[in-house]
Amino acid sequence: MRKLLLFSVVLLVGIVFIIRLFYLQVYSSEAYNIYEDNAIRKVFHYPKRGYVYDRKGKLLVANQPSYDVMIIPREVKPLDTLEFCGLLKISKEDFIKKYNRNYRYSPRIAQVFLAHLSKENYAVLSEKMHKFEGFYIQKRSLRDYQTTIGANVLGYIAEANQKEINADPYYRMGDLIGKQGIELSYENELRGVKGVKFIQKDRFNRDLGPYKNGAFDTIPTAGKDVTVTIDAELQEYGELLMQNKVGGIVAIEPASGEILSLISAPSYNPNLLVGRSRSRNYTKLNNDSIHLPLIDKGLLRMHEPGSPFKALIALTALQEGVLDVNTKVTCYHGYVYGRNGRKMGCHCGGGVRVLNTGISKSCNAYFATAYRKTIEKYDDASHAMDVWSNHIRSFGLGNYLGYDLTIGKKGNIPDGAYYDKWYPDFKWQATTTLSNAIGQGEVLVTPIQLANMTAAIANRGYYLTPHIIKSIEGQNLDKKYTTVHNTTIEKRHFEPVIQGLFDVYNKGTAAFLQIPGIEICGKTGTAENFTKIDSVRTQLTDHSIFIAFAPKDNPKIAIAVLVENGYFGARFAGRIASLMIEKYIKGNITRTDLETWVTSRTLEHEYEKPFSGEPFGINANSRVLLVEDYEREKKAKQSLNKLE
Amino acid sequence: MSLDRNHNLKFDWITILLFLLLVGFGWVNIFSASATGEISSYFDMSQPFGKQLIFILFTLVLIILILSIEAKFYERFASVIYLASILSLLGLFVIGKTVNGATSWYAIGGMTLQPSEFAKMATALAVAKYISDLQTNIKSVNDQIKTALIIFVPAFLILLQNDAGSTIVYASFFFVFYREGIPHVYLLLGFAVILLSISALKFGVITTAIIVGVFILIHHFFIQKKNKNILKPIFIIVISTVFAFSVNFFYSNVLKPHQQDRISLWLRLEKDPAKLEAMKRDILYNLNESEKAISSGGFAGKGFLEGTRTIGKFVPEQHTDYIFSTVGEEWGFIGSSIVVILFVLLIIRILHLSELQKSQFSRVYGYSVASIFLMHFMINIGMVMGLIPTIGIPLPFFSYGGSGLWGFTILLFVFVKLDSNRINEW
Repeated sequence: MRKLLLFSVVLLVGIVFIIRLFYLQVYSSEAYNIYEDNAIRKVFHYPKRGYVYDRKGKLLVANQPSYDVMIIPREVKPLDTLEFCGLLKISKEDFIKKYNRNYRYSPRIAQVFLAHLSKENYAVLSEKMHKFEGFYIQKRSLRDYQTTIGANVLGYIAEANQKEINADPYYRMGDLIGKQGIELSYENELRGVKGVKFIQKDRFNRDLGPYKNGAFDTIPTAGKDVTVTIDAELQEYGELLMQNKVGGIVAIEPASGEILSLISAPSYNPNLLVGRSRSRNYTKLNNDSIHLPLIDKGLLRMHEPGSPFKALIALTALQEGVLDVNTKVTCYHGYVYGRNGRKMGCHCGGGVRVLNTGISKSCNAYFATAYRKTIEKYDDASHAMDVWSNHIRSFGLGNYLGYDLTIGKKGNIPDGAYYDKWYPDFKWQATTTLSNAIGQGEVLVTPIQLANMTAAIANRGYYLTPHIIKSIEGQNLDKKYTTVHNTTIEKRHFEPVIQGLFDVYNKGTAAFLQIPGIEICGKTGTAENFTKIDSVRTQLTDHSIFIAFAPKDNPKIAIAVLVENGYFGARFAGRIASLMIEKYIKGNITRTDLETWVTSRTLEHEYEKPFSGEPFGINANSRVLLVEDYEREKKAKQSLNKLE
Repeated sequence: MSLDRNHNLKFDWITILLFLLLVGFGWVNIFSASATGEISSYFDMSQPFGKQLIFILFTLVLIILILSIEAKFYERFASVIYLASILSLLGLFVIGKTVNGATSWYAIGGMTLQPSEFAKMATALAVAKYISDLQTNIKSVNDQIKTALIIFVPAFLILLQNDAGSTIVYASFFFVFYREGIPHVYLLLGFAVILLSISALKFGVITTAIIVGVFILIHHFFIQKKNKNILKPIFIIVISTVFAFSVNFFYSNVLKPHQQDRISLWLRLEKDPAKLEAMKRDILYNLNESEKAISSGGFAGKGFLEGTRTIGKFVPEQHTDYIFSTVGEEWGFIGSSIVVILFVLLIIRILHLSELQKSQFSRVYGYSVASIFLMHFMINIGMVMGLIPTIGIPLPFFSYGGSGLWGFTILLFVFVKLDSNRINEW
């Protein structure tokens, strides 16, 4: 027995060691990843980020060098803080705050101490940098916007956050990534591929030389230049017209689905979100709750479509064969329906309407009849609603369009199931949902959906997915953007409707918006809207909406304009749509009267109403103000407030 | 003489093969741990791997020398070798050189020599000689004390030189004594000392006393049938309590702060998280890096000269005490396990041969060799993998250093020579 003690101890030790080795090397060891190995320093070389050009080749976005002061807190030696702070133009308290923040984050990892030095500061500092151990200057590339327009479309880049880093291991702390607009959508193309050098270091963090003689090192691949479909001139003009208003304009080339301009008002200068003042400006923009400048109104504002939707009501009714172009409907200044004799008002003037006059005069009674006939075609209202919904959805409404910008809203096109859920107890019918006939009720759209719908009408029955990308250097366009989406409406039904839309300009509600020499088809729209003031649902002045395309034959541009609280469609949106079309097709403006009218007027007072805390009038009880009058009244009010 | 010549070839080639494998693989890892940049020559004397190669070549000379001396020489001159060794340890107090706080070296020209590495072999010879003496009865307390003194003298001298790690190695002779017949109660005592020490440090004196009391009284009243004398259990409880108290006293008043920290970390004694962090950063740095290096090797390792943490010298003193972390990083689980298995095989082989010895001297000596190897193997690899507190002793045949390599080689090959002679014993 005595012989066995040492023998067993030896075996036991051997077994314990092998178990421990298994635990360390197999069980708890992760697959070797050179990026995780802190014995290897990774030095990244960032390629040039791709430039962005407009459809005519105008440079919109380029790059500029920027210099960051980097810090490795552990390596910082006592320094002349007075001199250092003087060079960086920061206070000593600032210095201590930043240093502590960096140290808390990690004493070992190199990180940004002060971002975006000015060129002058850099020149002075770089000569003296050797005095300050633990600090160094890192050159980076920032965006340089060659324009002041299209902030929301162009988007911006900023440091990748932790979530983005986790999602894609390509990014590391401090890398820049597209956050919005084109920068986000085409991040992979624009950024290129950064190069990396692996350097073996020792435990004192000193470089020993290239790891495996640079066998794994890569050279950076430059980012690709990108051309967008935006027409910078048109975009700029649209932004000018939208001054002092809130809303969006979307213009699409119907034949290609290219987005000619995507305007969100108010906009801001994209250069505000570059450099050291970025975060201050961002906060300021983000806090503007009246105008919400960071919200792209063209893509994100859901609203009732209003009367432009009547064009689709007419098309579905024709397709379903419930009426023809000559079917007569008599308008008695409204449409009476339901058991209790509810009445939908109409401002068309009354009289006998056919399809053409129904559209051009925007007769509610006519479309209520058309809608009711469509839904009552089948005994089962729910089924009829599905059929109708299917037609409407074929115009790209009620769902994401699939365009190449990452934000959007689905909108809403109700179907049978939608109302079955709403009214589980009793059977609903066409009249229950009659508001849909005039683009109110449950129908919701975004401006880009409206513009796409207009393009589909202009194309007589098809559309291409709207897109912002025109071409990427050395790369073919995604098939998605060259695929035709057909609507469920036959081509022959479009001509009478288009004639009606033409007559809107010719003799109807937009006759005063005619542009000499261009045959424009369009439709005015007005959308009721509500807000909550102290949790009371309060109606605001209607949104002014307009859709149009031109020329009537072989259309070049389809456009949707939303001016929030602009009242009736022709007042603001119609004027702006006409001017945009003239600008795009002619290149210059002959209707300067319209232009002057639009640019000299403001809706700021409308936007301030819900926040004023005072009772206010809307629609006909509200005025449209000249910019000067608005300024004067504001000053008067301010001085009055001071007196009180 | 003709007989002798025949029997000289009766060396145990398995032991020699294991020795060669360990030394060879050891050098490969020293090369990896100490090579930087361009290698001009494997014999580059400015680099550890170059020096170690010279040491290894000289080892071959030593082996031939040891094996050609007659086996009886070692038994006959055991006392002389032991005395010489003690003198060499004493001499350190006069002309010793201090490295890393330990006065354990003689400086001869550009070379240093560490006599404690040779003292182990001298002590083993002396112990074997004394126990195998016909007049010695290991079961008598008087002889037990005398044998203990043989070990205590060099161990104490080495402790005075501030080399606590090497002192602990002398505890390995316990296995030898146990094999040679000291009473079982010593084994019990050994366990009790270890358990009491850990308990006293971890739970405090009072808790320890209560635990001991409960166990002893249960044993006394419920298990033990005869001999109901109550004084004996009470005496054991008092002794245990006094021992527990002295362990705590020893820990706080005798041990140096860095030794306290190592034990404190191992037993998780520090409760304040901030202090614990600081301790881990300062004391555990080596261990952390060594564990990281081993862990990063994964199953198959990064390959020879490919260990990024070895190249970057993240583990301090990697070519000496922490050489096993190089094995772990570059050769992975497979390579490290093979090294562990080679050591286990070598020790078991020595044990097996010892049991075959006809002379008690050879058997006791062989047992000492196996025990000493086990102690080094267990403490060094256990420490590098974070299983036991940091105790700086080399891994036999692997760690860089001439004295260590020669000390272990002499230790082993004297036994190989004794073993080859066992046929001639009668």
